[in-house]
Amino acid sequence: MSFLFLRPYKALFRIRFTNSLQYRVAALAGLATQFAWGFMYILAFGAFYRENPDAFPMTFEQTVAYIWMQQAFVALFFIWFFESSIIESVESGNVAYELVRPMDLYSRWFTTVAANRMSRALLRCVPILFVAAILPASMRLILPMDFLIIGLFFFSMTLSLGVVVAFSMLIYISAFFTINSLGTRIVVGVASDFLAGGYIPIPFFPDTLRTIVELSPFGAMQNMPLLIFSGYLQGPDLVQGMALQVFWLAALLLIGRAFMARALKRVIIQGG
Amino acid sequence: MGLYMKYFAIHLKSQMQYKTSFFFTTLGQFLVAFATFLSINFLFARFDSVGGFTYEEVLICFAVMVTSFSLSELVGRGFDRFPLLLGDGSFDRALVRPRNVIFQVLASKMDFSRLGRFAQALLIFIYVIPRSGIDWTFWQILTLVLMIICGALLFFGLFVIYAAISFFTLEGLEFMNVLTDGGREHGRLPFSVYGEGVLKFLTYVVPLALVQYYPLLFLLGREDSFFYAFTPVIALIFLVPCYIFFKFGMSKYKSTGS
Repeated sequence: MSFLFLRPYKALFRIRFTNSLQYRVAALAGLATQFAWGFMYILAFGAFYRENPDAFPMTFEQTVAYIWMQQAFVALFFIWFFESSIIESVESGNVAYELVRPMDLYSRWFTTVAANRMSRALLRCVPILFVAAILPASMRLILPMDFLIIGLFFFSMTLSLGVVVAFSMLIYISAFFTINSLGTRIVVGVASDFLAGGYIPIPFFPDTLRTIVELSPFGAMQNMPLLIFSGYLQGPDLVQGMALQVFWLAALLLIGRAFMARALKRVIIQGG
Repeated sequence: MGLYMKYFAIHLKSQMQYKTSFFFTTLGQFLVAFATFLSINFLFARFDSVGGFTYEEVLICFAVMVTSFSLSELVGRGFDRFPLLLGDGSFDRALVRPRNVIFQVLASKMDFSRLGRFAQALLIFIYVIPRSGIDWTFWQILTLVLMIICGALLFFGLFVIYAAISFFTLEGLEFMNVLTDGGREHGRLPFSVYGEGVLKFLTYVVPLALVQYYPLLFLLGREDSFFYAFTPVIALIFLVPCYIFFKFGMSKYKSTGS
């Protein structure tokens, strides 16, 4: 009974979810794209690996697993995918309709963004994982045979989705303050995806930068679940990393809510 | 050409109206290319070479691809957003005007923020050209220019194919960006690095390697035959099927009616 207040969000989640599941052909085209990108990344890393295996910070199998899982869940992890409908609603003023609804705007946006990301990922991940698992040995995705690792992976992936959405909320809210936020979105999107390990995994970063990034919210994004799944992250490092994920999720939620409250205080809706 | 310059000036003026916005979008484009540059740097901090190419040689490759791509995008954005033109009926308007259709699509949009990428490539060229160890004679300069120009035309051909496909699907096919964006991103390394299969595909099917890998060999003095210097020109044959495919799509075109 006490969870009754969650019902509208559940409904909203379901609507957004089924809505994005409609675009199946687009998903199929996207699938082929992800697949080709993953393939090229692995070939490139393979070439570096052959050059000097000792200079590789991860094992090659771990890198391959990292790349395939990243491609499979690309929609969950990349800040780059912004929800243009939210930005448009702020820029056009339609957000006023949402403000009169008896629903908290922050939670509403959060639910929409999370639902869209999850439905996109769900459509793409299964076929990619399936094909990646039956490829020739040199680029095959090796699944961990340990249920603890798989469990931790899912838990960490949920946390990282939370961190990614909570972080992107800051950018959505900033749309209240800027007239044209496209530039900001590109700049923040590229910088954070790079720091999160979207271009090359964080273990490939130079040491100092790596230490800083691992403590930052960016290290709490795709880096964690991908490194857990590939078997690279274990023991105390794993525990510390997940604790940081929980910390950043809580911190970003608090910051985001405070930011939203400040933004809404300034909002003036003109009549008409 | 005069008319095109007029369109050029109009687009430039209109984009300069929103200076801050233009600045940030350009900066964004610069950063996109910069992120790729950084990842090359991080990798070469660990490895001395890849597939027989050094850091400087890879940078030349990267800068050529980024320059070609940004030039092609600056001019060819009209084709990149072609599904939109079909969707809102702008293409129907273009069809009834007494001018070449391809010209009108070209003139419909020019995106100057793409110069952000171009600036990135330019900085890399400035850094790498004196350090590359290449003996810059007339032939080397010619090869580099051919690589850039033919590369830009090749990317442009891919944009045209993308547009032609949308005659049939009415929306853009994300898959095409494996060849366009993918060609740019993965073109930061010489295509031979990716192995025999990829190199063959990019030589005979989509000839991106003809503007990148083969002329690079000549540039670096690993191949003396002038044939390698002129492979970018051969790549232009690819534009013929692009054009035919676009014409074919247009002959099948039915307006959405909106």
